[in-house]
Amino acid sequence: MTNALSRLFWALALPVVLLLVWWFASAGSQNFFFPPLAAILSTFRDTWISSKIVDDVLPSLARLLFGYVAAAVIGIVLGIPIGLSPRLRAYVEPVLEFLRAIPPPVLVPVLILFAGIGTSMKVLVIISGCIWPILLNTIEGVRGLDEELANITRSYRFTSRGRLLHFVLPGASPLIFAGLRQALSIGIILMVISEMFAASNGIGFTIIQFQRSFAIPEMWSGIILLSLVGFVLSVLLGLLERRVLHWYFGLRAAQRGNS
Amino acid sequence: MLLRVKRSRSSSTAPRTSGAGWLRGVIGLVVFAAVLEIFPRTGLVSPLYFPPLSDILVALGQEAATGAFWISLLLTLRSWAIGLAVAVAAGAALGFFFGSSPFLRRLTASTIDFLRPIPSVALIPLAVLLYGSTIRSTLLLVVYASIWQVLIQVLYGVQDVDPVARQTAVSYRLGWWGEIRHVVWPTTLPYLMTGIRLAAAVALILTITSELIIGTPGLGKQIALAQSGGAVATMYAYVVVTGLIGVVVNILARLLERRVMHWHPSIRRVEAA
Amino acid sequence: MQETVNLATRAASERKPLLRVDKLKKIYEGRTRTVEALRDLTFTVGDGELVCIVGPSGAGKTTLLKCLSGLLSPTSGQILLQDRPISGPPEAMALVFQEYGRSLFPWMTVEANVELPLKQKGMQRDKRRKIVSEALENVGLGHVGGSYPWQLSGGMQQRVAIARAVAYQPKVLVMDEPFAAVDAQTRADLEDLIRTLWHRLGVTVLFVTHDIDEAVYLGERVLALSSSPTIIMDDVTIDLPDERSQIETRSLPRFAELRRHLHEQIQRAKSTTG
Repeated sequence: MTNALSRLFWALALPVVLLLVWWFASAGSQNFFFPPLAAILSTFRDTWISSKIVDDVLPSLARLLFGYVAAAVIGIVLGIPIGLSPRLRAYVEPVLEFLRAIPPPVLVPVLILFAGIGTSMKVLVIISGCIWPILLNTIEGVRGLDEELANITRSYRFTSRGRLLHFVLPGASPLIFAGLRQALSIGIILMVISEMFAASNGIGFTIIQFQRSFAIPEMWSGIILLSLVGFVLSVLLGLLERRVLHWYFGLRAAQRGNS
Repeated sequence: MLLRVKRSRSSSTAPRTSGAGWLRGVIGLVVFAAVLEIFPRTGLVSPLYFPPLSDILVALGQEAATGAFWISLLLTLRSWAIGLAVAVAAGAALGFFFGSSPFLRRLTASTIDFLRPIPSVALIPLAVLLYGSTIRSTLLLVVYASIWQVLIQVLYGVQDVDPVARQTAVSYRLGWWGEIRHVVWPTTLPYLMTGIRLAAAVALILTITSELIIGTPGLGKQIALAQSGGAVATMYAYVVVTGLIGVVVNILARLLERRVMHWHPSIRRVEAA
Repeated sequence: MQETVNLATRAASERKPLLRVDKLKKIYEGRTRTVEALRDLTFTVGDGELVCIVGPSGAGKTTLLKCLSGLLSPTSGQILLQDRPISGPPEAMALVFQEYGRSLFPWMTVEANVELPLKQKGMQRDKRRKIVSEALENVGLGHVGGSYPWQLSGGMQQRVAIARAVAYQPKVLVMDEPFAAVDAQTRADLEDLIRTLWHRLGVTVLFVTHDIDEAVYLGERVLALSSSPTIIMDDVTIDLPDERSQIETRSLPRFAELRRHLHEQIQRAKSTTG
């Protein structure tokens, strides 16, 4: 077997087995809450491969994307100056530690006061939750920049722009990406919650409707859809990370080889 | 110890502020509090949406005088603690088990990568169906979300074990248990501590989320009640309480981590969480 | 190919002074104690000279270099480069540090690393590319431009750092114990590389080291520093032949004499503290 085939085998082996177990264990199920997998999969097609994609799935994803990107931009733009200035950091750190400790879902009822139950509320909720890991990781990443490299930029008289583009941002990028990864899982959670709590469309809203109307196979299909969304988005982020941080992975591999 | 001591930066346990920094932090908090007081009073932010800080603190005081407040607090902490304990025990056990053999690691890798990004809130409808608004709903969510933090960290830890140390253990014929005690456990301990810290934060978030959405009794439910009843200051008071709990949990987790790592010979790099 | 400028053959006395250090003093004011790192340093470096600086550890060599390179301001005294006082990193100076692993940007290729200071200077692309490839050729790394620093060995990384410094076209090349962290064979190759570059480019070199053998082998002059508070204990002219080779030069009797002389100076320096 070639290397790629072998990797594919290992990747699929256990999941396939688990799916088969699920399929056959639930095959003749009369249990209301755990219908046969076959039923779930057939409703999946009927439910989601339909106008629901446009009415619910796309709006949800659009809110998530918008909120996530906005949080990333704000978090990085604020995090860099805070990370660079120890004085500023000292002033700001306790306040940030408090704000980030507030569980993000708690902000849903708060933001409903400010922004109603429309799209802007959901986007605001996502931003307010996603911003913390990105901001704090950016600060940490900038703070941990190598002093020797900083001296190089000084002695070679780099411009401020040059220092930012070629030193600060790339140097902090591994930690920034760690923050982006955490922010993605928080963003998905908030997207779902904001829709479950108060909405008129969206994936979360639809699933809760299914649950309330006891459309159980449809509810399960929604859970599977959310799982797929979570998985696909994290894979995409992982691909982006591997491209942008290819130098970092190479560096770590080299260091591991030497130690 | 059969370990090489690796020296590296541990950004999560290093003390964060010092001397003058401490004073500056206090000033920052004071300024923040002042903003929260002044903006609503001067109308920069509508006091309907955000009451002045003093109103919030008064509401907090009033709530704290009621029994319902303390019961809610204890219920939240109880759910959090139980969920966390289960997640840590199960996550560590699975982590050690899967990590112990390369075969199991390869076998489970893709499944873990798929299950892990599933938002635990996807299970909310299922939890409501199965358990209604009892603590078991909350525990389902908390355990599912937190277990990954521990499992993944323990897997990292087991993989990080020094092959030389392992071979030394074999040549000294320490046996399976001896190898775990003297080689695997010390290496994995720092990772486990990190996993516990991360899981503690996640567990708190999911506990409150479950109370908020599902209505399990606790602080989250109080927030939902206050909001739907129009008691805005009370709602914020509860938000502040959850924030404070979050801060305390973070501090305790870091203290625990530092305590455990203090006598531990090997300190490894931890990514900021 | 550059024209060879061989300033080294001019007698030292004919050279114009390029760098003048005058009564340099640096005191570190800490919260609990005050440390006088440099007490009184006065020396001159001529245009195109290769001067080595030796001293025991703790002799304030790093402090001196930080002051010279404008990264630290002295407590008193001044440093003049081309008759102008230094107030911040001078454009005519390039540095090479000991820790090569931490002086190259790991997210850029070797070429990009060497090119970056020139980009910051505002040089045009074609001129930049030409200088970069010449610099890499000069240090013997013409073929690894597209690699990343962490793909290279320690010696090669240090060569990249040297190429970057040389590409910057400085008047003064300052090197802070650059070969202390590489193995002996690589060190020998790099020492010869420095002398070759110095001959070829006519750049003034200030080379700090704790290794007396290295200082004598490389330099036209060696300044011996005392421990802190640091002063200059001796200024030794190395009258070895200009053509140097690792085996032959190091086995000359004169080499041994100079070496012994400096060794004694350093021993004296170690015993006189404060």
